[in-house]
Amino acid sequence: MIAASDLVKKYKDTAAVDGVSFEVAPGESFGLLGPNGAGKSTTMRMVGAVSARTSGRLEILGMDPDIHGPEIRSQLGVVPQQDNLDNELLVRDNLLVYGRYFGLPRAHIAERADELLEFAQLADRKKAKVDDLSGGMKRRLTIARALINDPRILLLDEPTTGLDPQARHILWDRLFRLKEQGTTLVLTTHYMDEAEQLCDRIIVVDKGRIMAEGSPAALIRAHSSREVLEVRFGSDKNAAAAVLLQGIGDRLEVLPDRVLVYSGDGEEALAETTRRGLEPLTSLVRRSSLEDVFLRLTGRSLIE
Amino acid sequence: MTSLIPSSLTPRAGLDDATLADRSRRFGAWYVVEHKLRAARSFFWTLLATMLGTPFLYLFAFGVGLATLVVDSRGGEFVDGVGYLQFVAPALIINAAVLLAAEEYMFGMLLGFKWNMIFIGMNAAPISGRQIVDGMFIYVSLRALVTASIYYGAVVLFGGVVSPWSLLVVPIAILTALSFSPIAAWSATLYEDRGQFNIVNRLILMPLSLFSGTVFPLSQLPVFLQWIGWVSPIWHGSELARQFSYGPTEPIWLTVVHVLFLVVLAAFGWRLTVRLTTKRLAR
Repeated sequence: MIAASDLVKKYKDTAAVDGVSFEVAPGESFGLLGPNGAGKSTTMRMVGAVSARTSGRLEILGMDPDIHGPEIRSQLGVVPQQDNLDNELLVRDNLLVYGRYFGLPRAHIAERADELLEFAQLADRKKAKVDDLSGGMKRRLTIARALINDPRILLLDEPTTGLDPQARHILWDRLFRLKEQGTTLVLTTHYMDEAEQLCDRIIVVDKGRIMAEGSPAALIRAHSSREVLEVRFGSDKNAAAAVLLQGIGDRLEVLPDRVLVYSGDGEEALAETTRRGLEPLTSLVRRSSLEDVFLRLTGRSLIE
Repeated sequence: MTSLIPSSLTPRAGLDDATLADRSRRFGAWYVVEHKLRAARSFFWTLLATMLGTPFLYLFAFGVGLATLVVDSRGGEFVDGVGYLQFVAPALIINAAVLLAAEEYMFGMLLGFKWNMIFIGMNAAPISGRQIVDGMFIYVSLRALVTASIYYGAVVLFGGVVSPWSLLVVPIAILTALSFSPIAAWSATLYEDRGQFNIVNRLILMPLSLFSGTVFPLSQLPVFLQWIGWVSPIWHGSELARQFSYGPTEPIWLTVVHVLFLVVLAAFGWRLTVRLTTKRLAR
């Protein structure tokens, strides 16, 4: 569906995307994981056939976006990072005008709009003003709008950023249904749990480059341990405690606020910690996550 | 292909990819117009009140009120063998069209780029920068058409029409409105309105209107100020409209200059707006 190789996007002299290669297969759910400013949105805008690449090869649905931009875009559904709904239109009217841009007949759009509002759980809000919707509802409306043309690929740029937990879960549920239906999803996120829930395969990007690629589970296996022990000794004591923790688990990571001990068995690592006479203020044993993978690869946490 | 959500509909109304892409390519600008018209419905009553109220207020103030003063001092006729109402009416219509166009070129453009970002949304769909600009300018033309027609109707009621040719003031008003399109190009480069739009309105458009032979002939101004009229689309539009309303009052070459001036400016503004809009969208 999408084939990118050595994709580069430069703004003046700085490269926002600096030689990125990936492929997305039909029905696959593909994620770009990285911190703000990693080049995720720029990549999405190139894949969305909106922003022209500086160099490299890019094919979407077998077409070059430089030549067939409108043809490609007519088969995409795009959920941008910032909602761009028309606040001057009512909820349902947003879908009606948008469907027209794809050359669809009015009667078809009207019926489709009602189905999509049902899907987005907004059927009772169709006469509402966009401004009166909550953030989660606006997001769902934007997703509904992106589906008006039965797209072959759905592009979602940070779909749940800024939403409260409940709104995120509703959204994930809707996206998971799309995934079950076999929709090709491409999404960016800086949330590990989102990537783990929704993506079959992800690339971890930082500073415009790919740091790692694989399924969430494979990435964790390759770059982290099974479990992580998080211990806090107090901001000024973490570094000193880390010296005494040497040798426990596979590896240590000292962060300003806590020490991470990577280990196959977190409980055992905690027991060893206390055996060495250390008394952490708090301790937590958890499963390893993509955050750990990212930390390992870049030495920085995802959300700073 | 199957639909992504439980649906009883044939996906994409059963139309193939090529047909749909072709329709977007051909009618995209009109879809933009459709969008703008649907959005205008929510402030339809404000628009209608402005379109109906403005002509009556202005015609009454100038054509009736001010006219008594002017005509009293001149003995019935104002200039070129017509009364003050006949003189001022074409220019008032031109000015009304210019005012609404400038509003769209400024606020309409920044609305689309920034305030509710509908241009970004259109462009994520198959609509190109050029189609967005075309759609905006068609919408401006439609608004100018309706406003100028209503205004013309009011002039008829006030008894300001001498010749049936004066109806040409409507297309001339549209052309003059379009000749202000360089403003739209400028707006396409803005990322913030820090009061620039108000400055344009108060320090450029308002004075331009006053010094463009709207309420008194340009020849009344001292020579060193008359150049303002010569570079002003409002003057060219108003004079052009006057030629058909009660003219000719000037040599034919000057009439041709009016048309050329407006057409060239409109074409220049359109090309520049398309270029800057496309560039901004493709960043």
